[in-house]
Amino acid sequence: MRHLAESAVAKWALGIWMVLVITGAFFYAPAAAVLGEMSRIIYFHIPSAWVSVLAFLMCTVYSVAYLRRRREMFDAAASFAAELGLLFCIIATVSGSIFAKSAWGSYWNWDPRETSIFVLLLIYGAYFALRSSVDDPARRGSLSAVYGVLAFITVPLLVFVVPRLPAVQSLHPDGPIISSGGSLDMDSKMFTVFMASLAGFTGIYAWAFNLRLRAWRIINEED
Amino acid sequence: MTPSSDSGAWRKAWAVFVKDITSEFRTRYALSAVLLFAVTALAVVSFSVSPYSLEPDAQSAFLWTVLFFSAMTGLARSFVREEESRTVLALRLSAAPDDVYLGKLMFNAALQGAVALVVVPLFLVLMDITPVAPGVLAASAALGTLALAASSTIVAAIVSKAKSKGALFAVLAFPISVPGLASAVRSTTVALRGAGGAGTAVAVGVAGAAARTTGVAVARSASAMAAARGDLLALTAYSVLMIAASLLLFDFVWNE
Repeated sequence: MRHLAESAVAKWALGIWMVLVITGAFFYAPAAAVLGEMSRIIYFHIPSAWVSVLAFLMCTVYSVAYLRRRREMFDAAASFAAELGLLFCIIATVSGSIFAKSAWGSYWNWDPRETSIFVLLLIYGAYFALRSSVDDPARRGSLSAVYGVLAFITVPLLVFVVPRLPAVQSLHPDGPIISSGGSLDMDSKMFTVFMASLAGFTGIYAWAFNLRLRAWRIINEED
Repeated sequence: MTPSSDSGAWRKAWAVFVKDITSEFRTRYALSAVLLFAVTALAVVSFSVSPYSLEPDAQSAFLWTVLFFSAMTGLARSFVREEESRTVLALRLSAAPDDVYLGKLMFNAALQGAVALVVVPLFLVLMDITPVAPGVLAASAALGTLALAASSTIVAAIVSKAKSKGALFAVLAFPISVPGLASAVRSTTVALRGAGGAGTAVAVGVAGAAARTTGVAVARSASAMAAARGDLLALTAYSVLMIAASLLLFDFVWNE
């Protein structure tokens, strides 16, 4: 019972936090000098992209745990992390695409970041295609875990290395998260809202993931 | 994992490789199917773009598209064949997972290398290309072949345990192969065009025509090698990374 009360408090706190973030993104933080009002996308687009990579990391962590311990729960957790990662990956892709239309003139132009998020989408798609084509749960668990780990090795190459290569031209501004010099050229108000949004999105991910896992436990462990 | 000595492990991996080569030569299934596929794809590309003269980056992208899809038709066979002929159990009993993986990797690299050996010269002939730096082209083709084999061998092992093997293989292998493919395409572009952009290539070409000495050609080739060095190193690093990861993970797939 105490556990339930705690989770209810956390849920409400998360809701209020996100309301503050959304309000702050539109009314508290100033618009950036060059991009104007369009710059407010960073409070939603970058956190979504961050969560999609974080979810992929969690998927890999649970995959490794499954390969070591062979507990069905880890396999389920890996697939839930991948599901949420796919959702946030789609959000990041679509929001970025809309931004690209108004800022750079076309919805899609194979900018290195666009390429890397597209490949991340493909990886998530391939992961679920693999899961759906194996019937035996134990075999599905280990095959998809191996694929998840393997794909995770290539993601850092795509997300952090390829867009940073000097030979590759990018339309993306040096992002505040993966800026090469580590310097942040953000207003302090913008920075506050941005960091709060990152925390909020991570919280939403944790909440949704926890919800899925609890539902799975009720179905699979208490019958 | 067997605690065998290094030379012993290599000998066993070599034995797996020789076994695959022998059974391939009996049926010639993979080689003939893949080669015919590659030549067909090449003919389609060459036929459909023959009225246009393409930029080197488009040519290099076409070349790697053909090579990638040839790999996708052939490389899955290495493990699927073991499943279909029900020889998996025998192989599992007679060799350690690492040896099986290394043997299959060598076989896939050899198969894909044979395909590249036919496709790349034919591509140059059909598309009427004279590469500025043949050495860089050869290095890109060789390292790109190794990278494709490295990323797809473990995926072939995964796919052989799943249903709908053929369609799944390309879907699973592509996202993993992208970093290697991207480097291979870039270094091949450099090999076809020479160092620098299209403008300098023209300038260098004019200078080369005026001088007509082998010294200029050597210098151009050397500068192309310098320009492609980063991508070739990236290709090598990617292959090493994939092979190391596959060696760690192969056990879980093979004994499933």
